[in-house]
Amino acid sequence: MNTAKPKQVYFFGTCLIDLFYPGAGLAGIRLIQREGVDVIFPQNQSCCGQPAWNSGYRHEARDVAAMQLALFTKEIPIVVPSASCAGMMKEHYPALFRGTSLETTAIALSERIIELTAFLVDVLAIRLEDLGDPQKVAIHSSCSALREMQVGDRIESLVSQLSRIEKVEQAYKRECCGFGGTFSIKQPDISGAMVADKTGAIRESGADILVSQDCGCLMNIAGAFEKQGEGPRCMHIAELLWERTHADD
Amino acid sequence: MQTTDTGFDIRIRDALGNERVRGNFRRAMDGLMQRRLDLFPDAEAMESLRQQGMRIKASALSRLPELLEELEAKLTESGIRVHWAETPLEANRIVLDIMQSHGATSMIKGKSMVSEEMGLNEYLIERGIDVLESDLGEFILQLAGEPPSHIVAPAIHKDRYQIAELFREKFPDIPYSEDIDELTQSARTILRDRFETAEVGLSGVNFAVAETGTLCLVENEGNGRMSTTVPPVHIAVTGIEKVVGRLEEIPPLLTLLTRSATGQPVTTYFNMISSPRKPGEKDGPEEVHLVLLDNGRSEIYSDPELLATLRCIRCGACMNHCPVYTRIGGHAYGTVYPGPIGTIFEPQKGGLASYGDLTTASSLCGACGEVCPVRIPIPNLINRLRYEGNHKEGRVPGSGSKRKKSEAVIWKAWSLLHRNPLLYRMMTRTVTRLRMLAPGKAGPWTRYRTAPKPAARSLHDLARTHGVNDE
Repeated sequence: MNTAKPKQVYFFGTCLIDLFYPGAGLAGIRLIQREGVDVIFPQNQSCCGQPAWNSGYRHEARDVAAMQLALFTKEIPIVVPSASCAGMMKEHYPALFRGTSLETTAIALSERIIELTAFLVDVLAIRLEDLGDPQKVAIHSSCSALREMQVGDRIESLVSQLSRIEKVEQAYKRECCGFGGTFSIKQPDISGAMVADKTGAIRESGADILVSQDCGCLMNIAGAFEKQGEGPRCMHIAELLWERTHADD
Repeated sequence: MQTTDTGFDIRIRDALGNERVRGNFRRAMDGLMQRRLDLFPDAEAMESLRQQGMRIKASALSRLPELLEELEAKLTESGIRVHWAETPLEANRIVLDIMQSHGATSMIKGKSMVSEEMGLNEYLIERGIDVLESDLGEFILQLAGEPPSHIVAPAIHKDRYQIAELFREKFPDIPYSEDIDELTQSARTILRDRFETAEVGLSGVNFAVAETGTLCLVENEGNGRMSTTVPPVHIAVTGIEKVVGRLEEIPPLLTLLTRSATGQPVTTYFNMISSPRKPGEKDGPEEVHLVLLDNGRSEIYSDPELLATLRCIRCGACMNHCPVYTRIGGHAYGTVYPGPIGTIFEPQKGGLASYGDLTTASSLCGACGEVCPVRIPIPNLINRLRYEGNHKEGRVPGSGSKRKKSEAVIWKAWSLLHRNPLLYRMMTRTVTRLRMLAPGKAGPWTRYRTAPKPAARSLHDLARTHGVNDE
């Protein structure tokens, strides 16, 4: 990935953000725009295809992914505010389209995919001025961010820029929260045991806010806290950064 | 020997409900992960070693038929008899035949996962052979009548109090102790006699070197060396994928194995077996046999992606790092090989119809793939097997057997919705407007969490009102 600052980028919002966390998507767009980069949000986008791909429904995943391939045609970066969706498009699209007529298109698109925190840090070299109140923040990096995309340290450096935030560390920080897409439905009790441990460790850390770069993890962790009746505020990194660094509008 | 996965859900629930076993696994896995990490302080060096390990195993597999022929020729030359077994039953028969040809009725065993795969103990015991496990963990399990729950540390699910209780029950003459050293000493005393009297010793093989005809055996307790040198006959059993080309490839593989498995720079014993006792030598078995088991491996070998499964050097790091294995333990899998490697190996070996459900027990977190010393892309292979399970024209035995009509219909509808922008936007508009009607219960999801609430406006909607360009 070319790390020179582009004039224009695409934004792939992801289906989860679209329906459940649109604020995170909008915050991501605004952070990029504030750095002087023009953002394109193709209105015909839907989902990267990951849910079907991970469930073993490759044909269905391919049909949906092919729809996205047709939308992001300009030779500009595609910013994705989710490491697992970014991972799907970057790491798995070439395999998904192997041997099909769309293979070269898929490979070319995969090379333009960049996860949001990596884009903010590596490409925009964003500098943040913290305007918020003092808070304790725990970071949960998604498995895709840590392992598949290897960008787990970007969220750490972004939070570190917020001068009035105290970072707290939870036990077993690198361990999966138990979401895993359809895993949470197919193996609900194992998934439940994992998220129980995850929420327990985060609560122990004394965090006021839990932040992540993936909304799948957030939906899982926040949902568990809510069910348990108490827990820190859970938010996407883009929302935290936007909320604490812009004057009221 | 193996149970099918029909009881998988029940075993998972039982395991999750067993606080003691869960605690035993968490503590043990935490320790093993830390020990491994301590021995790989330099991430770059570790990566280059893993890359080397992967290359060695991949290159050996690319020449598997030739290397196996070379291995057989070399071993035969030095007096080790080679036997080929297509199935576990054939392998068991070969072992029994060898024993019967000597009129032998007693066997002492070093640790061998392939012998577990064969169900060798049950087979021999049913035919009147006295079989004794000499690896401490396996010895404990034989007493308890349980299969291994981990491929390297087979009795890891038991704590010392449970072992003390087991010893009290089985050896009432030995004074009760909860002390690990004393328990070990008791087992050692019991085993010592049996090493001297057993007529046949059996072991596994960690690496078989083709160029030199050398069987390498990695162990810590010395029971492997005793089993392979004291009895007059030694039978080694192993899978065909354990062969590597050259002797110089062993040091990196050994380094990767001991560090990944138990976090040891070296093990206490490393045995290299290259012939039976030669004239003039004072010890060693008079006869050495190698049984090479296929058991589905040739099938796996024929698929260029799934082939990576056979790179495995059986270190167990994937299970040590697996958040699912850590919570349900090895027995819940109901297979010889548990954890992530079992999740990809067992369905290929035993068919998706019986073992395909294992592939659901993964969040695809990638921890296994991250630590695998030979870089098996385990999450990708789990994904592939999920696809095979749903897809009739697949390559794996039982492909298509996991396809559920109800699920297939949902994914068809999902696909239709997400590849049609108009339909998709209609859906999001409806869901966001009717968000107050969203159900509070969402199947098993809401057993542990609240249902996610749709936002008042979709991102598509927000982007448009904020004037974000569409193209």
